Amino acid sequence: MVRYFLKRLAGAIPTLLAIVTLSFFLMRAAPGGPFDREQTLPPEIMANLQKAYGLDQPLWVQYGRYLRALAHGDFGPSFKYKDFSVTELIRQGFPVTLQIGSMALLLALSLGIPMGTWAALHQDTAADYATMSLAVTGIAIPPFVVLPFLGLLFGIYLHWLPVAGWEPGSIRYLVLPVIALTLPPLAVIARLTRGSMLEALHSNYLRTALAKGLPLRTVILRHALRPALTPVAGYLAPAVASIMTGSLVVESIAGLPGIGRYLVQGALNRDYTLVMGMVILYSALLIAMGLLVDLLYAWLDPRVRFDT
Amino acid sequence: MSMNRGAMIALWILLGLVALSLAGPWLNPNTIDALDWSHVASSPALANAHWFGTDRLGRDLFVRTLEGTRMSLIVGLVASAVSLAVGVSYGAICGYFGGRTDYWMMRIVEILSGLPLIFFVIFLTVIFGRSEALLFVCIGAVGWLTMARIVRGQTLSVRRREFIEAAVASGAGPGRIIARHIIPNVLGPVIVYATLTVPQIILFESFLSFLGLGVQEPHASLGTLIAEGAVEMQGAPWILLVPGIFLAVLLLCLNIVGDGLRDRLAQEP
Amino acid sequence: MPEVLRIEQLTIDFLSAERIAAVREVSLQVSPGECLGIVGESGSGKSQTFMGALGLLPRSARATGSVRFEGREILDAPRAVLNKIRGSRLSMVFQDPMSSLTPHLRIGTQLAEVLVCHRGMSWRESELAALRMLDRVRVPESKRRLRQYPHQLSGGMRQRVMIAMGLLCEPALMIADEPTTALDVTVQAQIIDLLRTLRHEYGTAFVLISHDLAVVGGLADRILVMYAGRVVESAAARDLLRRPRHPYTAELLRCVPDLSGPPLERMPSLPGQPPDAAQPAAGCEFAPRCPFAVELCRAQRPPLRRLGPGEVACHFPLPS
Repeated sequence: MVRYFLKRLAGAIPTLLAIVTLSFFLMRAAPGGPFDREQTLPPEIMANLQKAYGLDQPLWVQYGRYLRALAHGDFGPSFKYKDFSVTELIRQGFPVTLQIGSMALLLALSLGIPMGTWAALHQDTAADYATMSLAVTGIAIPPFVVLPFLGLLFGIYLHWLPVAGWEPGSIRYLVLPVIALTLPPLAVIARLTRGSMLEALHSNYLRTALAKGLPLRTVILRHALRPALTPVAGYLAPAVASIMTGSLVVESIAGLPGIGRYLVQGALNRDYTLVMGMVILYSALLIAMGLLVDLLYAWLDPRVRFDT
Repeated sequence: MSMNRGAMIALWILLGLVALSLAGPWLNPNTIDALDWSHVASSPALANAHWFGTDRLGRDLFVRTLEGTRMSLIVGLVASAVSLAVGVSYGAICGYFGGRTDYWMMRIVEILSGLPLIFFVIFLTVIFGRSEALLFVCIGAVGWLTMARIVRGQTLSVRRREFIEAAVASGAGPGRIIARHIIPNVLGPVIVYATLTVPQIILFESFLSFLGLGVQEPHASLGTLIAEGAVEMQGAPWILLVPGIFLAVLLLCLNIVGDGLRDRLAQEP
Repeated sequence: MPEVLRIEQLTIDFLSAERIAAVREVSLQVSPGECLGIVGESGSGKSQTFMGALGLLPRSARATGSVRFEGREILDAPRAVLNKIRGSRLSMVFQDPMSSLTPHLRIGTQLAEVLVCHRGMSWRESELAALRMLDRVRVPESKRRLRQYPHQLSGGMRQRVMIAMGLLCEPALMIADEPTTALDVTVQAQIIDLLRTLRHEYGTAFVLISHDLAVVGGLADRILVMYAGRVVESAAARDLLRRPRHPYTAELLRCVPDLSGPPLERMPSLPGQPPDAAQPAAGCEFAPRCPFAVELCRAQRPPLRRLGPGEVACHFPLPS
């Protein structure tokens, strides 16, 4: 298992490096500079600013310095939030995003898998159709439509929950955003589980398990569930990506101070280093997720372990 | 070709929406950027020709919503066509030439697949500004990867067939073979995947527009309208509800029709 | 002594786009310690009969008739009742051991869970008992195999594991569905040998299902021949093999090549196709392929009738 993991890790590092390099050179290739938005500054001040941010050095030197800084976890200064470095902004915002993101993922898994299993067990009944119709809705309608609607219903009409805002430690503000984030991956997981569970339920080895007189619960949990989870494991990385993109809008609408909101602000303000830092962070997260999923695959299906 | 009942209903609703978005502006006297100061943020009413009400600037919501629907549909279709063209060509080339060309081209696809492309698109809009051409290209860039993979797989299996050998023997160059022999034969799964791509792309465009990175003033996209509506939610909920419902229905119908189409195609022998 | 298994007029239909009659009015019984062989082509309903008896059919299946196991009616019995019997008193071993074993569980787990479930033993004790059983079915390096996964075993070994699974609780009856079909000929002989030995050791009654008359002939006391969902002949093995009364049985015997005879130009086979289960015929189902068929055969279905010590469903059974 260890050897398998190391192999995968070795493959991931060049990808991350490629992303960093690509981002860096793209950024430098941009027409105009990060200071264009302000009023045109006198050239001496421009030159000083360039020097201060190290922008007067040749490209290769800048690249080298950036890489070295990255290795120390330093993403550079934010061009817009003058007093903060990108690293500080990340440190402030990341816990919030992590909190709602992981809540959404856990909810999606813990609700989606049982839903899909239940639908498969009651195939072609009203329960099945109802569950799957809900799933289509979750897949089709994106969080940036769902969240305002939820806010309208539960916040403005029913007054049960706040529409936006944030208080550290308070769950009330997180309920609606997390629900909006959870729906799309929940729907996909339910669909995937149902499909592969149906396949497992019709397989020969399940027939054997039933013929052994094992109780249905044991048959499903021990024999059918594991292979049914394989496609779900494969979906984990896209699920995280979906939640990450969802968090951009959800944080913006609900006013949650997470890195998603910083990214959006940075994009609107053309704050290069901020956006770049976010992109690298998100990419690294996704790659890490991919690695984890590979490991999960190897655990779920022993055949994978022995083939590689 | 008929599909299951749910899909057929969705198809009719979809066609109705398209028809409405195309013909709608003729039905209503307002334009998309006319400011009616006497009816600022007024609720829907039949009497004053503001059938869906107006927004904060007094612009008629009916016309703007239909414009938004039109915009989303156009972007969806054009960008899908772009990603289709790119993906199919890329995949066919990989599958046809095989060997090292295939290996390196697919490695690029692998790396790109692992990235959160959406973030890169946002990154690009930051760098190159918000031009609508860029928008189309970026959105098209989202869907072509999986298409390339599918087409490559199909090409690999089709490549060995006799009629390809015959074409080679008759002196046809690779471009001609790919265009006239391979591509027509791999279209099956391509159509299937295309039905997934269109709603995906419309979603992505709305998402970008919602964040303010997509379609710009004075044009409206369902995404921008929803963004405006979210702000006005407290006092004038229809500004949110109308475009929101339109987008939800549009995406839902596209997904259901796509599902139905795929189910139907899967049954064919 | 009462029979272990008694099936009476079992009829199984599948309700899908068309109504498919897979098993039609099948009756049979198995006495304790007896080995009953069931022979027929694919589609003859031989497997479905017993899957129906064990409650393993899909939801679209409708079964009528009676299935009594050790005196108790089990057809359409509730799952709780069936689960007490399945795997412990009555076990079924399936064909294609490649796909019939759960790929992500170790062999030891799949064996031990039977004992843990039915005998209430601990996992440790159960695995020890499983180990002993693996030895008894002659799986070499049993200790190592216990910790392996199905894909690491050969086809023959997997089949032995399935047989071991079926015998762990010392059932009164074990049904083996095509136990040799997915295996090489040499391995087939080993498995048949194994079954013969186990039969003597345990005194279990067996039902041996196969399309291959040679496999069944080597083990069975009595043989039942099925065609198009019906029983067409039933007799003691020795009698049936030497003097078949139904033309179909005779054709099947003709298809078994005789190694001691002269070399053949072509492999003998039965002409025609098995009948369509969705379109039952008015007369004898075998008539289209029967070399002796006449008008009566096509018009009227011959009932299963006693003939000497056996039974035949034919208007003109072959002379003895």
